[in-house]
Amino acid sequence: MLTAIVFLPLLGAIIAGFFGRQIGDRGAQIVTCGAMGISAILGVIAFIEVALGGEPRTVRLMNWISSGTFEVDWALRFDTLTAVMVIVVTVVSTCVHVYSVGYMSHDASKPRFMAYLSLFTFAMLMLVTADNLVQLFFGWEGVGLASYLLIGFWFHKPTANAASIKAFVVNRVGDFGFALGIFGVYMLFDSVQFDVIFAAAPDVAGQTMEFLGFQWDALTIVSILLFIGAMGKSAQLGLHTWLPDAMEGPTPVSALIHAATMVTAGVFLVARMSPMMEYAPTALEVVTVVGALTAFFAATIGVCQTDIKRVIAYSTCSQLGYMFFALGVGAYPAAIFHLMTHAFFKALLFLSAGSVIHAIHDEQDMRNMGGLWRKIPYTYAMMWIGSLALAGIPFFAGYYSKDIMLEAAFGAHSAVGTFAFWMGIAAAVLTAFYSWRLLYLTFHGTPRMDQHTFDHAHESPPVMMGPLVVLAIGAIFSGFVGYEHFVGDGEAAFWGASILMLAREGGENILEMAHHVPTWVKLLPFVMGLIGIGVATLAYVLRPGIPAATAKAVRPLYLFLLNKWYFDEAYDWLFVKRSWQLGQIFWRHGDQSFIDGFGPDGIASMARALAGRASALQSGYVYHYAFAMLIGVSALISWYIVFGG
Amino acid sequence: MLEDWLLTLVTFLPLVGVGFILITTRGDEEEASTAAKQMALLTTGCVFLLSLLIWVNFDATTADFQLVKRIEWIPGSSISYHVGVDGISMWFVLLSTFLTPICILASWDAIKTRVREYMIAFLVLETMMVGMFVSLDILLFYVFFEGVLIPMFLIIGVWGGANRVYAAFKFFLYTLTGSVLMLVAILTMYGIAGTTDIPRLMEAGFSPDLQFWLWLAFFASFAVKVPMWPVHTWLPDAHVEAPTAGSVILAGVLLKMGGYGFLRFSIPMFPDASAYFAPLIFGLSVVAVIYTSLVALVQKDMKKLIAYSSIAHMGFVTIGMFTMTTQGVEGSIFQMLSHGIVSGALFLCVGVVYDRMHTREIDAYGGLANNMPRYALVFMVFMMASVGLPGTSGFVGEILILVGAFQASTWLAALTATGLILGAAYMLYLYRRVIFGALEKDSLKALVDLNRREIAIFAPLLILVFWMGIYPSTFLDLMAVSVDNLITNYTVALGEAAGPALAAK
Repeated sequence: MLTAIVFLPLLGAIIAGFFGRQIGDRGAQIVTCGAMGISAILGVIAFIEVALGGEPRTVRLMNWISSGTFEVDWALRFDTLTAVMVIVVTVVSTCVHVYSVGYMSHDASKPRFMAYLSLFTFAMLMLVTADNLVQLFFGWEGVGLASYLLIGFWFHKPTANAASIKAFVVNRVGDFGFALGIFGVYMLFDSVQFDVIFAAAPDVAGQTMEFLGFQWDALTIVSILLFIGAMGKSAQLGLHTWLPDAMEGPTPVSALIHAATMVTAGVFLVARMSPMMEYAPTALEVVTVVGALTAFFAATIGVCQTDIKRVIAYSTCSQLGYMFFALGVGAYPAAIFHLMTHAFFKALLFLSAGSVIHAIHDEQDMRNMGGLWRKIPYTYAMMWIGSLALAGIPFFAGYYSKDIMLEAAFGAHSAVGTFAFWMGIAAAVLTAFYSWRLLYLTFHGTPRMDQHTFDHAHESPPVMMGPLVVLAIGAIFSGFVGYEHFVGDGEAAFWGASILMLAREGGENILEMAHHVPTWVKLLPFVMGLIGIGVATLAYVLRPGIPAATAKAVRPLYLFLLNKWYFDEAYDWLFVKRSWQLGQIFWRHGDQSFIDGFGPDGIASMARALAGRASALQSGYVYHYAFAMLIGVSALISWYIVFGG
Repeated sequence: MLEDWLLTLVTFLPLVGVGFILITTRGDEEEASTAAKQMALLTTGCVFLLSLLIWVNFDATTADFQLVKRIEWIPGSSISYHVGVDGISMWFVLLSTFLTPICILASWDAIKTRVREYMIAFLVLETMMVGMFVSLDILLFYVFFEGVLIPMFLIIGVWGGANRVYAAFKFFLYTLTGSVLMLVAILTMYGIAGTTDIPRLMEAGFSPDLQFWLWLAFFASFAVKVPMWPVHTWLPDAHVEAPTAGSVILAGVLLKMGGYGFLRFSIPMFPDASAYFAPLIFGLSVVAVIYTSLVALVQKDMKKLIAYSSIAHMGFVTIGMFTMTTQGVEGSIFQMLSHGIVSGALFLCVGVVYDRMHTREIDAYGGLANNMPRYALVFMVFMMASVGLPGTSGFVGEILILVGAFQASTWLAALTATGLILGAAYMLYLYRRVIFGALEKDSLKALVDLNRREIAIFAPLLILVFWMGIYPSTFLDLMAVSVDNLITNYTVALGEAAGPALAAK
C-alpha cells in the first residue's frame, strides 16, 4: 500500500504521457486524476496507521548505489513527519489535478500537462518518503525537473522559457550546497542513511572538520550546507529570485508546486534533519536569521506588486520565511504545522486567483481588474477565506499555526529568536495589508477592464469550484483540528521519533516555552493583522488617493520595493553577464588565440613558412638546379677531403 | 575452448566482415553500398552479441585478468600476443561493441559517397578499439592505440564537413605528438623490466625517479586523448567536422582511451609519480570543468557546445580516478561509461536535425517541440542525463566522483561541483534555443519527427541511461573487486616507497 501511494502517480504520468494520443484528452485526465485520488485515499489511511496509530515503518525496495561503504537504497520511510507530508501532497495534488481539468480546458496539450503534474507528485512523494539523503536528493531534483517543465509548459512564450531555466539554475546553486552537505555527512558518519546519522549525531557533536581551508564545527558546517540547498528550493533570501518568475507557469502549477508542496521541501529537509540540526545550534541561528529576513523582505515587496500571482508568490516566500525561523528556534512541529495549513490556504488563494484569471481571459494585472465580486461571488468568497487564514484571523487555520511560530520565536528568549519575532510581527502587518489590497483591487471599486471582458466575466465550472471547496474546508478547519496533535499537549505522542527537540533550560522543550509566553505576545499578531486590514481598507476603499500619494512621497523606497530590491539586476550583472564575458574570453582568447596560436596552428604555420622558403628555391629553371647541384657536390667533396681523410 | 578464443574472436571478427565486404560487394554502386551496409550491420551486431558472452563468462569475485590468451609473437623477446579483461576493461569492450552497430545504423542515410569504404573504416576501427582494451601486452596495446587513429583520421578527413582537412590534421598532430613520447617510455620500460607484459610490468616497481619521467611521457599521450585542458582544442574541431557516427565514436570511446590508460598504466605502474602529480591533474581538471563549461555557454554551433561539455565531463573523470578512493575511481569508470552513452546520444540528436537541415547553427533552429515531440522528449532525456539528474546514468558517476573528491579535498569538491551549476546552464540554454520557442522559421516547419530507424537507434540508449541511473549495481558490482585491487596495490606501493624514504631520513 505504501508503495502504491508513491508509484500510482508515476503510473498515471507514464500512461498519460506516452499514450495520451491513444486514450485522448479525457482518458488522460481520468487516468491521472484517478491514480491521484486513489493515492490520496491510501495516503489518508497511511496517515491514520502511521501517525495516529504510532507505527512508523520502512519499505525497502532495492539497492541503488553501492560503492565501497557508500551504500544507498531505494526505500520508503513512513513516520509521522512523512505521513503528514504525504497527506498534504496527495490531497492538494488531487485538488489541483481535478481543477486543471477545467482550467486547462482550452489548452491543446492536456495529456502532457496532466502527465507533468503526476510526475511532479511522484517526485515529491519520493522526496518525503526518502530514508536517506541521496534518495531525498533524487526527489529534490525530480521536483526541480517537473517544476522546470511546468514553468516552461507554454514553451512558445520566451518569458516562460527564461523563467524555467532560471528556476532550474538557481535551484542548482542551492543543490550545490546540498550536495556538498551530503558529502560532508558521508565523511562524518560514513553513511547517508537517516537512521545511522541520527543515532550517531550526539557522538559527532563537537568534532571539527576542515572545509575550504577553515576548521569548522563539523555538524554546523554540514547543516549550513544542507540549509543552502533548502534555501534554493524554498526561495529564501538570496536564492528567491526564481520564485516570482515561476509564475509564468499555468496557475494550477503555481498552486501545487510553488505554494503548497515543492517550495516547502526545504522546510521538510530541515525538520527531517532535526535530530542532527539540534546539535548544531550555530547553524540553527543562521536558519533563524535567514528565515526572519525573508519573511520581512518578501512581504515588503508583496505590498507593491501589481500582478495578482506575484503578490501571492511573494506572500509564499514570506510565509516560508516564517517556517524557517520557527525551525531555527527549534520549533520544528510548529513549522510543519504551518506548512500544512499554509498548503491549504495558499493553494486556495492561488486557485482562486486562477479562477479570477480564467474568468477575465488571462488577465493577471490587478490594475485591470476591479468590481468583480458581483460577477464571481463564489470565487470572491473563497478568496476571503484564504485571506483570512493567511492574515491569521482567529479560528481560521493560519491563526493557530502562525501564532505558535511567533510565540516559539519569542519564547526561545534568544537574540535571534527575538529578532525573528519582531520581523514576524512586522511582516504580519504587511501580510494583512497586501492581502486586503489584493481583495479590494480585484473585487471592489470600479471595473478597470474593458466593458466586453467585464460583461463576459463568468464563474468557473463546478470541476474547478469543487477543489476550491475542499481546500477552503482545509483552510478553515485544519488549524483547529490539528493544533492539539501538532503543537499542543499531544505533540510528543504524535511526532514520536520523527522529530527531535532537545530540552532547553528548565527542562522544557521549545513548544512548552512557547505556550508560556505573556498574553500580549499571543494577542499581538492578531492586532497587527487587524491594523494591516484597516490600513488597506483606508487606502483602497475609503481614501483611494492615498497609495499614489504615498508612492510619490517616498518614491525611492517605492521604486526599491517595486523593483524587488534590485536582486535580479544585481545577479544579472554579477553572474550572468560575467559568465558570458568569461566564456567569450576563454574561447576567443584562451582557446583560439593562445592555445591554438602557439600550439597546432603556430606549428603548422611555422612549417608552412619553412616550406614556403624551401619552395622558393624551386624556381623551375634548369640552370638553378644545376648550380645548386654543383655547389652541393663541391661541398661534399671538400668535406670529405677535410674530415674524411 | 570458446572462452580461450572469445576475446580474440570479438577483436578480429570485424575484419572478417571487412573481408566479406571486399569480396562480395562488387558491381553496381547502389547495390554494393546497400550490401556493404547490411554486411557491416550484421557483423557489428554479431560482435556485440558475442561480446555479451564476455559479460556472461565474467567472474566478478577476482581481480585477475580473465579469458586470457597468450601466444608468442616475436620469439625470444618476450613480446607476445596477450589478451584478457578485468572488471575495468570489460566495460570498455562492451561500450565499444555496443556503440559500433548504433553508429552503422546512424550512418545509414547520412553517408552517400564511398559507402563501402566508410563501412570498412568503421569495422577496422572496431577491431582497433576492442583490441586496445583487451591488450595485455604493452606493445600490442601501443599498436592498437595508434591504429585507432588511422580509421578515425580517414573518417574525419574523407567524410567530414567543409573544414575537414584542417580538423583531421589537428587531431592527428595532437594525438601523435603524445604517442611518440609514450613509445619512448615503453621502450625504456622494456629495457629495464625486460618484458612488455602488462601484468608483469605492474609488478616491476620502477624507481621513483624513473617513474617521474615515464609518468610524464604517458601523460603526454593520455592527456591529449582525454582531452585535458590545455591540450583540448583539437576536440571541438574534430567533432564539428566529423560525420555524426564519427563524433559518436570519438566521444563515446576514443576519449575513454586516455582515462583507461591512466587506470591501466599510470596508476598501477607509476604509483609514486601518480601521487606526486595528482595535484597537477586536479588543477588541470578543475580548470577544464569551469573553463570549458563557460566556453560551452557561448557557443553558437551545437556540436561545438556538446564537444566542450564533453571536455568538462571528462574533467570529472580525471579528478575521480586520481582521488584514489573507491568512490572516486568507480565513479570515474562509471562516468566514462555513462558519458560514452550520453554524449554519443547527444551527438546523434544533433545528427537527426543535421540530416534534415544540414546546419549545426543553433540560431537556425527553434520551436522543434511543436512538430517533433518525440525528438524533443528524447533530447530532453539525454540533456537531463548530461546535466546529471538523479535517476539517469549521469548522476551516479558524478556523485561518486564528488564523494571521492570531497575526501581528497573540500576545495576540490567545491570547485568541481560548480560544474553542476554551469552544466545545467549551458545545456538548458541549448535546449531552449533548439526545441522551445515558437515555430517561426519556414524551413523548419516541414521537418518530420523521428522515423523508425532513428527510434531504433535511440531506444537502446534510452534504456541504458535509465538502467544505469536506477540500478547501477549491475555495473558497479562487477568492477568493485578490480577497483579495490587497484587501490590496494597503489596504497601498498606508496607505503613501500615511503618506508625507505623515511628510513633514509
